[in-house]
Amino acid sequence: MLQGVNLACVRGERELFRDVNFSLAAGSLLQVRGPNGSGKTSLLRMLCGLSNPARGEIRWNGQSIRSGSEEYYASLTYIGHLSGTKDDLTALENLQISSALAGFEITEVQAVAALRQIGLKGRELLPVKVLSQGQRRRVVLARLLVCKTILWILDEPLVALDVAAVGLIQNLLEQHLQQGGMIVMTTHQEIDINAAAITQLQLN
Amino acid sequence: MFFWIIKRDLLLAMRRRSDVLTTLFFFVIVVSLFPLSVGPEMNLLRTMAPGVVWVAALLASMLSLGRMFANDYIDGTLEQMLVSPQSLSMLVLGKVIAHWLVTGVPLVLMAPVLGIQYDLPGDALLVLTAALLLGTPVLSLIGAIGAALTLGLRGGGVLVSLLVLPLYIPVLIFGAGAVEANMSGIAFDAHLSLIGAFLLVSGVFAPWAAASSLRVSLE
Repeated sequence: MLQGVNLACVRGERELFRDVNFSLAAGSLLQVRGPNGSGKTSLLRMLCGLSNPARGEIRWNGQSIRSGSEEYYASLTYIGHLSGTKDDLTALENLQISSALAGFEITEVQAVAALRQIGLKGRELLPVKVLSQGQRRRVVLARLLVCKTILWILDEPLVALDVAAVGLIQNLLEQHLQQGGMIVMTTHQEIDINAAAITQLQLN
Repeated sequence: MFFWIIKRDLLLAMRRRSDVLTTLFFFVIVVSLFPLSVGPEMNLLRTMAPGVVWVAALLASMLSLGRMFANDYIDGTLEQMLVSPQSLSMLVLGKVIAHWLVTGVPLVLMAPVLGIQYDLPGDALLVLTAALLLGTPVLSLIGAIGAALTLGLRGGGVLVSLLVLPLYIPVLIFGAGAVEANMSGIAFDAHLSLIGAFLLVSGVFAPWAAASSLRVSLE
């Protein structure tokens, strides 16, 4: 259970948002909406513990994420705007290393299977720098297939993806929710996800 | 996990060999400039050698500090390290070890060859190599703090040298001192022990300090 209590974000002298409250239970999705510059990414970074809220508290299973951070990070996958991939490494190496960093050491076979599933068959051994924008995004998202975490925090996961890939990711998200996972995401695209509980959080 | 980071950084260094070679050639050229400019006065060269080699090693190690975290910062890997269940200090230690393997070890291996230009006797060459072997990891460790503090700042390259060079001074004094002591026939083991002590202290303290600075830099 992820909870935000009276969160506020201040950038310089401007207050981006205040008194943001939400609670996210197993199997539900929180969609953060708002125009550009309304603080969506700032909120997501806060939820990851990358920055501190100006006021308020974020709780994971009733405990502030500040105190039990190791346990929290073990159940969290964050995919942000930045890819976290290395241009000089191949798709396979990138996936293996980024999942190892997240605490999931996977074999080459598992990594290849994940890359094929996400539509990168035949591109596993190419350096990421020769891949297209959408393909790079797929390399990043392949981590969702191999890292068995409960909470996914996704910042614009659908950017640069083609229709087929968007469908693939939507399926993946639905599956994750059905298995009792939790998702916090931002997107400007209309999403069509079948889930028991979708909460919208509007920032303005 | 820890080994994944080292493996990744070594792999990246292999793919981009030019980064490694620039540091090494910088070291070789700076050290070689002195005998050329001073002329073949053996005694003068022998006295200068330890200092010149050590100063060149400090500058060469500093040259590559900017890259230690900057690439990871730009492509978002650093963010992923911060949200990793692994302790950030251990990850930083992994990066420091990789940095030392890529930039420190080649300098250590090259130093005896360069020492010959200065007509250093055989045992002085050995002491020089031993001192560099103990001292270069300290340079990478202390440098990591400076690199983490200046991450994402404009003109970080100059700032990092202003921050880090003063902290390198003790290593420089005892590193060059060990070779001088050996050449004047005094025991040099106290110098090496002190560098060893610096290594242990910075090995414990620097990864933690760099990890804290990274958290601040990324906020």
